[in-house]
Amino acid sequence: MAETVLETHGLTMRFGGVTASDNVNFKLKARELRCLIGPNGAGKSTFFKCVTGLLTPSEGQVFMRGQDVTGWQPHQITALGVGIKTQTPNVMDALSVHENIWLSARRFHSTVEARERAEAIIDRLALGSIARTELGQLAHGERQRVELGLVAVSDPWLVLLDEPAAGMSAQDVDQMTEIIHELTRTAAVVIVEHDMQFIRSIAETVTVFHQGAVLMEDHVDRVMSDQTVRSVYLGKKA
Amino acid sequence: MTRPIGKDVLNILIFAALLIWLMPMMISTYTLTVLVIYGMLGLSLGLIWGFGGILCFGQAAFFGLGAYTYAIAAINIGESTIPMILAVLVPAAFAALLGAVMFYGRLTDVYLGVITLVVTLILFKFVNSTAGPQYVIGKARLGGYNGIPGFQTLNVPGDPNAYIWGDPYFYVCTVALVIVFLLVTWLLQSSFGRIAIGIRENETRMSLMGYDVAARKTVLFAIGAAIAGLAGALFANWGEIVTPGLFSLGQSAEIIIWCIVGGLGTRFGPFLGAVGLAYLKFMLGQQSMIDNTLITGLILVLFVLFLPRGVVPAIASLWKLSFGRAGRWPQRSNRRRARHG
Repeated sequence: MAETVLETHGLTMRFGGVTASDNVNFKLKARELRCLIGPNGAGKSTFFKCVTGLLTPSEGQVFMRGQDVTGWQPHQITALGVGIKTQTPNVMDALSVHENIWLSARRFHSTVEARERAEAIIDRLALGSIARTELGQLAHGERQRVELGLVAVSDPWLVLLDEPAAGMSAQDVDQMTEIIHELTRTAAVVIVEHDMQFIRSIAETVTVFHQGAVLMEDHVDRVMSDQTVRSVYLGKKA
Repeated sequence: MTRPIGKDVLNILIFAALLIWLMPMMISTYTLTVLVIYGMLGLSLGLIWGFGGILCFGQAAFFGLGAYTYAIAAINIGESTIPMILAVLVPAAFAALLGAVMFYGRLTDVYLGVITLVVTLILFKFVNSTAGPQYVIGKARLGGYNGIPGFQTLNVPGDPNAYIWGDPYFYVCTVALVIVFLLVTWLLQSSFGRIAIGIRENETRMSLMGYDVAARKTVLFAIGAAIAGLAGALFANWGEIVTPGLFSLGQSAEIIIWCIVGGLGTRFGPFLGAVGLAYLKFMLGQQSMIDNTLITGLILVLFVLFLPRGVVPAIASLWKLSFGRAGRWPQRSNRRRARHG
């Protein structure tokens, strides 16, 4: 049986009187691909931020490979070997694609090795033609792809992606899907996503969030055909 | 970035040698010395603001702290070597402490500006109010608004009677500046410098890549303060007196204006801005028709409106336009030079 790489126990996050994340118990196995879905305000992003250290949960615990990481800073969590991509592209705009990826590789490798790894990733993601271009001049899809490169170059064993397909063209999404599948060969991947078509094309197990809590967790086909999930999404009564 | 550092160093050395040789023919070395010192002070803020994204409204605090540390230590020790070292270390340690509080406290830019401003103000008020005889450190009286005069000035290490002043002092300051400039160049080429630029560009992303952003900003902040402290000590030796005016907000504001006018994100910009504007102030000080702060203010406004990136980046773009488009210029890979200094 595969090792559990990410686990939360009763994860709760309150903002004043609002409970954005409500007693979430979550488990993820090594090399598993998991999608988190749910309507706006369902608590997906809050859950994501609690796991990545951008927020400290009000209650509950987060474990990564058995280690309690609750309340850790993002840089401490990523130092374990976790790759994180935020909702809006977070990249260094005034620096080139190569420099961006090199900076990510440099965190865990020597200067020379970082350069080699950066070049390898640039080849793999077909970014060669824009390697010396500043990020600020690139299109949205390319920036998303570079950010995935930043994540992939550090060889993570757990990858957390917040809406990777948002605002991308169909062709970009195909490329993205391919990259994500490649990542799952070595890493467990969690994707927070809105785009149902993208989910259908990529997901196996899906966790549905609703009003801060986990509504259901099952294979994508069963989730999609579930009456409760449909009504949650369409705003109808079950 | 990946351009060879050797060529860069050679350029700096040639440029410095030319200046040391040519400038004394036009301007007295006494004036040049203070321009060089201001250049170093400009460089200190240029480093942390232009490359680290840390806008410090209190760079004058470290400048003043360096000057006072030197003066107090020199009176107590009577030889200048250890006071010079202390004048670098004390501001650096103070900045490390202040920086750690600010950066680990996750303060945003605005609060960072306010805090550094207030710290400068507190130091200014405090030093100003130390006129009484009870304010003594060792043998040194702090002297309040009168400042501290009559301390041992720079001497040949180990020989307190061999004073370095006049022309030789100008050369000492210039060599110190060149060394600092080369160290800054090396720092920016190193992984530490490249990571600092990454943090300037996107703090969240750098911390998501596993970098301890607060620690790195604290170290950079302390390095900037060390350079400002060295400039302060050199200034104390030049003026042979230190006064609370060194800590003034006016001084802090001036350093920021030097950086904006010269060009942020470059090494030469803040240095040139400092030298140019300080010399202009010196020239304007010789007449009484127009107040020089008015002119400095006017220059700042004009630059913000018409040349917001500053002199050095503008010249670099012009250079690129005139030589880059011809297509015959062989160093296309160097076209992005301005951004990285």
